[in-house]
Amino acid sequence: MTLAPFVILLLAAAVGYAINIQAARAIRSNGVRLHSLEGFHGLFSLLLVIVPVLTLVLLWLALEGGVINRLLMASLPDGVLDGLDSGAVQLIGAEIRSIAGGRIFGTPEDWKLEAADRLIAYRQTSAWLLVIVVVLVSAALVFFARGKVAAEFRARQGVERITLGLMVFCAVVAIFTTIGIVAALTFETIKFFQLVPVTEFLFGTNWEPQIPIREDQIAAEGAFGAVPVFLGTIVIATVALVVAVPVGLLSAIYLNEFAPHAFRKVVKPILEVLAGVPTVVYGFFAILVVAPAIRQFGQSIGLDVASNTALAAGGVMGIMLIPFISSFADDALSAVPQSLRDGALALGATRGEMMMNVVFPAAIPGIVGGVLLAVSRAIGETMIVVMAAGLIARMTINPLDSVTAVTVQIVTLLIGDTAFDNPKTLAAFALGMMLFLATLVINVFALRIVRKYREIYD
Amino acid sequence: MTDITPSDARPTSRGTATEAVRRSLARRNRKQLVLQGFGIAAIILAISMLLILLTSIISTGYHAFTQTHIQLEVYVDPEEIPAEGLPRGGFDDVLAAAMGAHFPAVDLTDRAATRELTSILSNGAQFILRDKVVADPSLIGQTVTLKVPVSDAYDQLNKGLVQRDTAEQFRRVDDAAIARFDRLDELGLISTPLNTALITNADSRFPELAGLKGALIGSFWALLTCFLISFPLGIGAAIYLEEFAPKNRFSDFIEININNLAAVPSVVFGLLALAVFIGWFGLPRSAPFVGGLTLALMTMPTIIIATRAALKSVPPSIREAALGVGASKHQVVFQHVLPLAMPGILTGTIIGLAQALGETAPLLLIGMNAFITSAPGSPFDSATALPTQIFIWADSPERGFVSRTSAAILVLLTFLIMMNALAIFLRNRFERKW
Repeated sequence: MTLAPFVILLLAAAVGYAINIQAARAIRSNGVRLHSLEGFHGLFSLLLVIVPVLTLVLLWLALEGGVINRLLMASLPDGVLDGLDSGAVQLIGAEIRSIAGGRIFGTPEDWKLEAADRLIAYRQTSAWLLVIVVVLVSAALVFFARGKVAAEFRARQGVERITLGLMVFCAVVAIFTTIGIVAALTFETIKFFQLVPVTEFLFGTNWEPQIPIREDQIAAEGAFGAVPVFLGTIVIATVALVVAVPVGLLSAIYLNEFAPHAFRKVVKPILEVLAGVPTVVYGFFAILVVAPAIRQFGQSIGLDVASNTALAAGGVMGIMLIPFISSFADDALSAVPQSLRDGALALGATRGEMMMNVVFPAAIPGIVGGVLLAVSRAIGETMIVVMAAGLIARMTINPLDSVTAVTVQIVTLLIGDTAFDNPKTLAAFALGMMLFLATLVINVFALRIVRKYREIYD
Repeated sequence: MTDITPSDARPTSRGTATEAVRRSLARRNRKQLVLQGFGIAAIILAISMLLILLTSIISTGYHAFTQTHIQLEVYVDPEEIPAEGLPRGGFDDVLAAAMGAHFPAVDLTDRAATRELTSILSNGAQFILRDKVVADPSLIGQTVTLKVPVSDAYDQLNKGLVQRDTAEQFRRVDDAAIARFDRLDELGLISTPLNTALITNADSRFPELAGLKGALIGSFWALLTCFLISFPLGIGAAIYLEEFAPKNRFSDFIEININNLAAVPSVVFGLLALAVFIGWFGLPRSAPFVGGLTLALMTMPTIIIATRAALKSVPPSIREAALGVGASKHQVVFQHVLPLAMPGILTGTIIGLAQALGETAPLLLIGMNAFITSAPGSPFDSATALPTQIFIWADSPERGFVSRTSAAILVLLTFLIMMNALAIFLRNRFERKW
């Protein structure tokens, strides 16, 4: 039944296409010159049907659920919803829906069964209404498009205007996505800061969001200081960069200047594989191999190492970032003009000296841009830290301790919880806001450095 | 370059300067060698990490591609399983009797002893028998030859993952259990066939029954949704920006937006989906459709960037020729430039989809990590996806899930390799050098 409107829509579009082409052909066979090719008359009808009707169907399907729900709740017998909070009302709605879907648990009250029947009836009515509306509107549009067919009708311009509009819409989706992100984060973050003061979140040093919040409690006082969480992210990201930057830079220097062509051709794709491995795989690798290895090594030299250290999570994240840094550095080194290299060699420098004293310094801005992008990757990376880092926020910079991270907290606070009115879930959005802002600033800054530097040599 | 003329050498005397250079040359060359050595060491380190990752996953994962089974002659006792009682019945008692046939010494009225005896069988054995009898009730009263999985502990024992020489109290199976298992093995009842359940079963609490069917179907729906949304939107946006957009602030703004979206952490897209799709629009939680929608937003910038690069690489001569014979701007783009750019666009799209397939964090936030024991029937049913299934299994405490997690990772990596190979094939086969 949900497919029916789409089928009708496609049929109508096809019919309109065929009718218009026929009509245009008929005009031409009378010896009249058409302004536009027949195909454009057909396409004009096709687009004129598909675009508005598809929008209508999608809007209908998106809004249907909410409208039906409201009707359903209004139709419940008086008194059953009295004294219930929003959560309980939602639960009743969900129960009625599941009864309507044929999944009956226990013995529901009669009024719920009746409501379920009503729900089914509403849904059927809505589906039929939609089909009728689609048929009527499509027919009207096909008729309208047919009426437009004439020798001097500028069908091509019409089609081109519609496609241009569609393309602009596609491009604007990117803006809508950004607006959606900003709006969602801002909205929930403001709600969070109404419950927990901003200063406490930004400067507090105690993070214990998992404390059960009773109704008579003031929103978990003193438990939402995010400093240790930020600190944990910084520790893990630092470990990751300590691994990735030297390895990435050295391999880029070697590949760029010293490696034989065949070697470079083989090694570069292998390094890229490291970037293509999903992060959940790295996370599992961290808990399966790296964390036990670090723990064992620590014990062998008499250190007590936690099982979910910042070292394991950061180290594995570093491995993931190696190809990222190496390819950025490689690009930056390649962008240094040949004349600088030739000049250095002509002065008698060895190739090593040429690389370290001339080419590398000249490439530093591009490399810094790449490293900054890697930093934003590291602080936004989620799965590795969720699996390999700890849950408890500690004020420590010791990489052998178990630390937590912003992304870990976002995921653990939101898994299995949908209520948007308690500080626990809202805190995740506040953390997400911080993450979004931090990565945005770093990215804009890094991209600017990279671009500016490229312009100098181009 | 102070190295070339050391301070003690007089620039006027040529001989000493050359001499100084020659003396320092060995040291300078050594420095260069050290630099090269570090470079090679870095590359070896990176590649060996990749190798360690792959070997550790393969070496733990291959165990899960086989599953120990036990063959039983089960007498479907009509007293325990009356035909009119189906699908209920004493299936576990019937299985216990079949096991007891091999161990006459065990008293089947002793509940504890029976439980120990049947602990060899997987918890799902009775359901396998039940489904078989329900499908064909004429089996009641007959003896059925049944091949069922053994439970996780014995599976590990059979695969040598439980060390027999560790002290009994540190082992998962005690000596008596090992003796019973060995006796069944001697009777030739134990076999280790290919573990088809890994693909044909959905998730389960018991490792020996858990499979990837639900996750594979969930990932398929999510990826299909992602493709259907991001491909047309991405191409449309890219064509507009590359071919039609006027150079003004609005176009610049869109471009900056797309570049930034490509670098937004994936978990933030999860927050967006949770707040907007689920919170405001009321779409169902855990549904592959919502997952696909979220992944589409993340994949779109990748596709846009790839499409623009592909459009840019079509030489201007093509456009000029088409314009010259009277085509309109739209006809040039849609009938000439776009078809020529298609291989590049498809390559970029497949790579973007491969990234989307491995993406986990946003799917966790929209609840695609639920424990669901049946495969989804539509994109709107609750489901898991391959990466979230890996996350769930990696979190499970049972030993048997370690090898299954690795096996699931191998399945995921296989899909990624296939997609990337397809992308490379398309590029090599169809991409033209102008």
